[in-house]
Amino acid sequence: MSRSTMIGVDVGGTFTDVFVLDEATGAARVAKVPTTRPDQSGGFLDGIAAQVDDLGVVASVVHGTTAGTNALLERKGARTGIITTQGFRDVLEMRRRDRPRTWGLRGDFDPVVPRDLRLEVAERVLADGRIHTPVDIDAVRAAGQALLDRGCTAVAVLFVNAYANPENERAAVEALRALWPNTHVSASFEILPEIREFERFSTAALNAYLQPEVSGYLARLEAALRGRGFAGEFLIVQSNGGVMAVDTACRLPVRTALSGPAAGVIAAAHIAASAGFDNVITGDMGGTSFDVALIADGQAALAAQSAIDFGMVVRSPMIEITTIGAGGGSIAWVDRGGLLNIGPESAGSEPGPVAYGRGNDRPTVTDANIVLGRIDPERPIGGGRLDVDAARTAIDFHIGRPLGLGTEAAAEAIIRVANARMAGAIRLVSIERGHDPKRFAFMPFGGGGALHAGALLDEVGLARAIIPRYPGVTSAMGCVIADMRQDFVQTVNALTDTVDTAELGALMQAHADAGARLLDAAGVAFAGRAVEVELDMAYLGQTHTVAVPLPTALTDGRIRPPSRDDIAAAFEAAYLRAYGRLLRGGVTRILNLRTAVIGKRPRFDLTTLAPHGAGQTAPRGRRRVHFGVWLDAAVYDRLALPVGHVVTGPAVLEQPDTTILIEPGRSGRVDACGNIILSREET
Amino acid sequence: MSIDPITLAVLAGRMEQIADEMDATLFRSAFNPIIAEAHDASHGLYHPETGATLVQGKSGLPIFVGVMAFAVKAVIDRAGDDLAEGDVWIFNDAHIGGTHLSDMRLVRPCFHEGRVFCWLASVGHWHDLGGAVPGNYNPQATEVFQEAFVLPPVKLMRAGILQQDVVDIILRNTRLPASAEGDLNGQLNALELGVKRLDALLAEYGGETVRAALDALSDRAEALARAEVAALPDGRWEAEDFLDNDGITDAPLPIRVALEITGDRLALDFTGTAPAVAGPVNISRGTAVACVYVAIKHIFPSLPANAGVMRPLAITIPEGSLLAAEFPRPTGGYTETILRMIDVIFAAMAQAAPGRVVANAYGTINALSIAGHRGDGRRWVMFSFYGGGHGGSPEGDGLNHGNAPISTATIPPVEILEAAYPVMFRQWALRPDSAGPGAHRGGLGAIYEIELLEETADAFLFGERGRHAPKGAAGGGEAALNRFTYENDGAWQVPPLASKMVGIRLKRGERVRLETPGGGGYGPPEERDPARVARDVRLGYLGAEAADAAYGPGWREVPG
Repeated sequence: MSRSTMIGVDVGGTFTDVFVLDEATGAARVAKVPTTRPDQSGGFLDGIAAQVDDLGVVASVVHGTTAGTNALLERKGARTGIITTQGFRDVLEMRRRDRPRTWGLRGDFDPVVPRDLRLEVAERVLADGRIHTPVDIDAVRAAGQALLDRGCTAVAVLFVNAYANPENERAAVEALRALWPNTHVSASFEILPEIREFERFSTAALNAYLQPEVSGYLARLEAALRGRGFAGEFLIVQSNGGVMAVDTACRLPVRTALSGPAAGVIAAAHIAASAGFDNVITGDMGGTSFDVALIADGQAALAAQSAIDFGMVVRSPMIEITTIGAGGGSIAWVDRGGLLNIGPESAGSEPGPVAYGRGNDRPTVTDANIVLGRIDPERPIGGGRLDVDAARTAIDFHIGRPLGLGTEAAAEAIIRVANARMAGAIRLVSIERGHDPKRFAFMPFGGGGALHAGALLDEVGLARAIIPRYPGVTSAMGCVIADMRQDFVQTVNALTDTVDTAELGALMQAHADAGARLLDAAGVAFAGRAVEVELDMAYLGQTHTVAVPLPTALTDGRIRPPSRDDIAAAFEAAYLRAYGRLLRGGVTRILNLRTAVIGKRPRFDLTTLAPHGAGQTAPRGRRRVHFGVWLDAAVYDRLALPVGHVVTGPAVLEQPDTTILIEPGRSGRVDACGNIILSREET
Repeated sequence: MSIDPITLAVLAGRMEQIADEMDATLFRSAFNPIIAEAHDASHGLYHPETGATLVQGKSGLPIFVGVMAFAVKAVIDRAGDDLAEGDVWIFNDAHIGGTHLSDMRLVRPCFHEGRVFCWLASVGHWHDLGGAVPGNYNPQATEVFQEAFVLPPVKLMRAGILQQDVVDIILRNTRLPASAEGDLNGQLNALELGVKRLDALLAEYGGETVRAALDALSDRAEALARAEVAALPDGRWEAEDFLDNDGITDAPLPIRVALEITGDRLALDFTGTAPAVAGPVNISRGTAVACVYVAIKHIFPSLPANAGVMRPLAITIPEGSLLAAEFPRPTGGYTETILRMIDVIFAAMAQAAPGRVVANAYGTINALSIAGHRGDGRRWVMFSFYGGGHGGSPEGDGLNHGNAPISTATIPPVEILEAAYPVMFRQWALRPDSAGPGAHRGGLGAIYEIELLEETADAFLFGERGRHAPKGAAGGGEAALNRFTYENDGAWQVPPLASKMVGIRLKRGERVRLETPGGGGYGPPEERDPARVARDVRLGYLGAEAADAAYGPGWREVPG
C-alpha cells in the first residue's frame, strides 16, 4: 500500500491540533483534543488515533511542540552543569547587563544553571584564535566528575572565543564524553560558533538544559508511533519555520523553542500566496495574547534571536513574532484616572472569561463578544454553554458603571480599545521592518482573530483580510507544509578587502555539505534543494551589522566562492536597502557567515481543501448581534458555503474552531481554496 | 469640550503609537550604534504653549522622559512669532535643553488649521561633536567648550527647506560626519513620520476632539499621580548622600533633599546641595527636574509619561548649586549627579513609605576608556560603561549586574571588545560580598579585570561611589564601595580621587581592575531567611565570615 497520508500535530497550551491530509484523495481532516500534561505524548497519540486507524498508511508525522518552551518557562529542564574558562563562570548570570522592566527597578534573575554547577578550568583562546593557555584536561575531567557527583545529567563546555578557535573546547568535550554516562554533552562551538559569549553560552546552556527532557519526550513519541505500525518519517518543526529530523531535534532541542507558532506562520504564508497575496500580516489571537508576524514577498521575517523569558536568550533564526497582551481572556478594567484598559492581566483559558462560570468575575474581551451576540452562547469553541448574564453583570459593574455607559456600549468600548491595541501592534511591526502596512492583507488565525478582522481592516487601513478555511488548526497545517531547513553560522571576522575568499568558500561548502548530509539522513523525498548564504557585515567601527544575502551558484552540490567584488557589491545593495545611504570610502568588515540549507517538500494543492459542489448557501439561523445597535444577523455554516459565494454583512459565519464576524457594509467571499476574503462590500 | 471615554481610550493608544513609531523609525535608520542598538534616543508630543510632555514613546531612554519638555520650551521661547509649517529647530546646548552636549535635539511644530497644535521632538545621542576628546567624554573639562561643539537652538529647516549652511556647520564640527549626517536624516525622518501620523489623526477625529483628549490625558495623569501621593502618609523626611568629588578637587559634594507630603501634594527641596563646581559633575536645572521625573516614575511605574504627573509636585532647585549650573560650566558627567539625586529621593521615600521603593542601586556608570596606538600606528579607543547591583526590594533580592536606573543600555560582550581592541579580559564575574545585606539583599556588583596586549596604552576612568557606598532601605545595609585599581611596575595602585583618573599609563601585560558596587539591602538583615543566607554562601555570593558578620551564625544550622 502506498503511504500517502501526512499528519501535522501542533501541541499548544490548551489544545492539541491534528491536521490529516490524504494527498492521494485530497481529503483533509482536522481534530482538536485536549493537551495532556505533564506528558504531552498522551494527547498527541489520542489526537492521531481519533483520525487514523492504520498508521501504516502514514508517510510522515510532523510535530510542532511546546515541550521545550514549557520546560524553559517552568524551569523544568535537567540538572545541568557548565565547564567554562577561568574568570568567566558568571557570564550566564550577568547577561548583557539588562533589567526585566524599564521602570520600577524590581525583579531578579536565576539562570537555569546555578553558580555552584558552573565550574572554571584553566584555558584561554584569544580573539584572533591563538591559544594563550592550553586547556587543562585533568581539570576538565575533575570538573566533569564533580558535576556528576552533584547529580547533573547534562553538561556544556563554554569557552571564551571558542568561535575563533574551537581546539580547547573540542579537547575538553572529548575528554568529557569519555567519562559522561549519557550523550548529553556539548560544546558551545557545536551549537553556535558565533561571536558574543553571552548569546552563545546562553543558547548552548539552554540546549543542554533541554536535551534530556526533549529527547526523552521525542523518543517516547517515536517509539509509540513505531509500535502502532508507523513506518514513515517523524519530523519536528523548528523556530525558523523549517522542519528537522527527530535525531537533530534531540541534539538541538533549543531550536524548537517557538516551534508551534512558527508553523502557523509558515502555513499562513502558503495559504496567502495560494490566494494571491504575497504580503500578509498574521494575527493569532489566543487566550492571553495576540501574536503578530509579517510576511513580505512570500517570506516570513526572521529574527536572529529571541528571549524566551528575561535573561533566557536563544540565538538561532526564528520566525519573528511580536506579542501583545490582548487575547480573548485579557481583562478589561478602568484605572484610577478613569481610563479603560485591556490587559495585560488575563483570565487565560482557566478560569477563563466570566461567561465560562469557572470563578473569574472580571470581564474579558471574550465576555464583550458574548454580550454583543458575536459568539453564540449555545455553541462556544470547546463545547459547553456560556453564561451571558454573568458576563453582562461583570461588564456593568467593572466598566459600565465607572464610565457611565450602558451594558452594550461598555462591551463595545472593550472591543474598540482591544482592536486599537491590536491595530497598533500591526502598524508597529510593519514600521519596524520598514513596510507600509497598507500594502498588506491581514490573516487572522487562532480561535478569536476572525471576530476582530473586519474592525482591524478599518483601524489599520488594510484592504482585505483572508480567513483560512481552518484558522483554528493553522499551526498543525503548517507542520505538513514546512520545508526542511538547517541553519549554520560561523564567525569570520575579516575585512572585505583582505578576506580569504577560498577559505570563505570552504566554510560555505562545509555548511552546505553538513546540511546535505542531514537532508539525506532524514529519508524524505524533496521537491528540490536550495542553499541560502548570508553575511553579517558592517562598516569598520560599527557594532551593528546588516544581513547581506549573497547570490550562490550551486552546481552538483559544489558552491562557487564569491569574489571580494561580489561581496562588496552585495553589501552596498543591502546597506542601501536598510539605511538609504552609504558611508563614502568606508572600510567594510564581514562578521559572520550564515548558511541555510533547505530541502523543499512538495506543496500540497490547497484547492483540495476547498468545498466541493453546491454546498449550503442558506443561513442556518439568525440572531441579534450588536453593531452600535442590535441588528438581525444571518448565521451561516461556514464550511458548507460553496466556492464563489458572497455573504454580505451583518452576518456571522460559524465553524467548529472559530467564528467570523461580517459587519454591515462588508462582505465575505469564498475563494477557490475555501478561504473567506473579507473586504468592503462588493457592489 | 468633554470627551467620551471610548474615544479617549482609543486616542490615548493612537498618540502613544505615534511616539512609538517615531522611536522605531529612528532606531531603524540611525547610523550610530548608540542610537541603533542602545536606543539612546527619545520622541514625543509636547504642549503648544508650555512645551509640557503630552505623550512620549515607550522605547526611549528613561532620562529623556521629562527633559525633552525643556528643549521644546527653549524653542518656543526663541521662536516667538517666527513660526511656519515645516520649520525644524536643532540644538545640543545642555544648559538650555538638559543632559549633555552629545544629545542632539530636533524640535518641530505641528500645525492644524493655521495654528500650532503641538510640538514634536526627537533627541538622539550622537557619536561625536568635536571637543577635546573623541566621543565627548572629557573628565578634565572645566568649561563646556572642552567637551564639545555647542549649538544653540537654530532653524535647520525653514518652512520645509533644509538650511544647508546649518548642516555644513554641524558636519564640519564632528570627527564622524557620515555618522552625524545619518543620525540627522534619521531624526528628520522620525519627525516627518510623526507629523504625517498626527495629521491623519487630526483629519480623522478633528482638532477639537484630539485637543480634548490631550487635556483629559494630562488631567488623568495628574489624577493618577495625586492618588498615588495621597495614599502615602503626610510628613517631612530628609536624605543626604555624597558625590566623591568633582574630578578636580578631592572634596565630598553633598546632595540633599527634603521630601514633604501634604495630602496629594509632594514637595522635593534640594536646598543644602553643594554649589556648582569646576569639574563636569554639574547639571542644568532642566536635567535636575527631569531626574525627579525619572525617580517618580520608578517609584510609581504605572504613571504615564505625561507632564500632568508633575502638577502635584513642587520642586526646589537652589540657585548656584551644582543642580542648576550656569553656562559654561561643564556637564559631561551629569549621569553621576542624577544617579545620586535618584538615590536621595529613594532614601527619603523609603522613610515615608518603605514598601514603595527599592534600596539604592550601584549608583555610578563607571565610564572607563583605554586608548592607544597599534603597531601600525592606528589609534584605538575602547570605551564602555560598566554595570553593578540593583537594590533589594520589598518583593525580593536585587538584580545582579544590572544597568543604571537612568538608562536601558546593554554592555558589549567580551568577545566583541577583544576582537576590536588589543585587550584580554582576565575576569568578567560577579563580585562576592558586594551586595548590601538585608531581609532582601542587594544584587551583586561585578569584577572586570582587563590586561593590555599592546606595548602601551592610557586608561581613563570616570566613576563614583568610591568613598560613599550605596545605601540600604527599611533597615537594609550598605553595599560595597566602588573600587578601581591598576597595575604599574608590578604593584597595584589606587587613584588619589578613588574612582576618577586620567592618563594612567599601562604597559603590555599590565591590568586595570574595576570592582563595582552591589545594591543596598532592603529590610533588616536579621529578618533574612537563614536558608537564603546559606544558599548565598553555597553559591559563593557571600563568604562565610561575611555572612556571619552581616547575618549572624544562624545560617550555619540550615541547609542552603
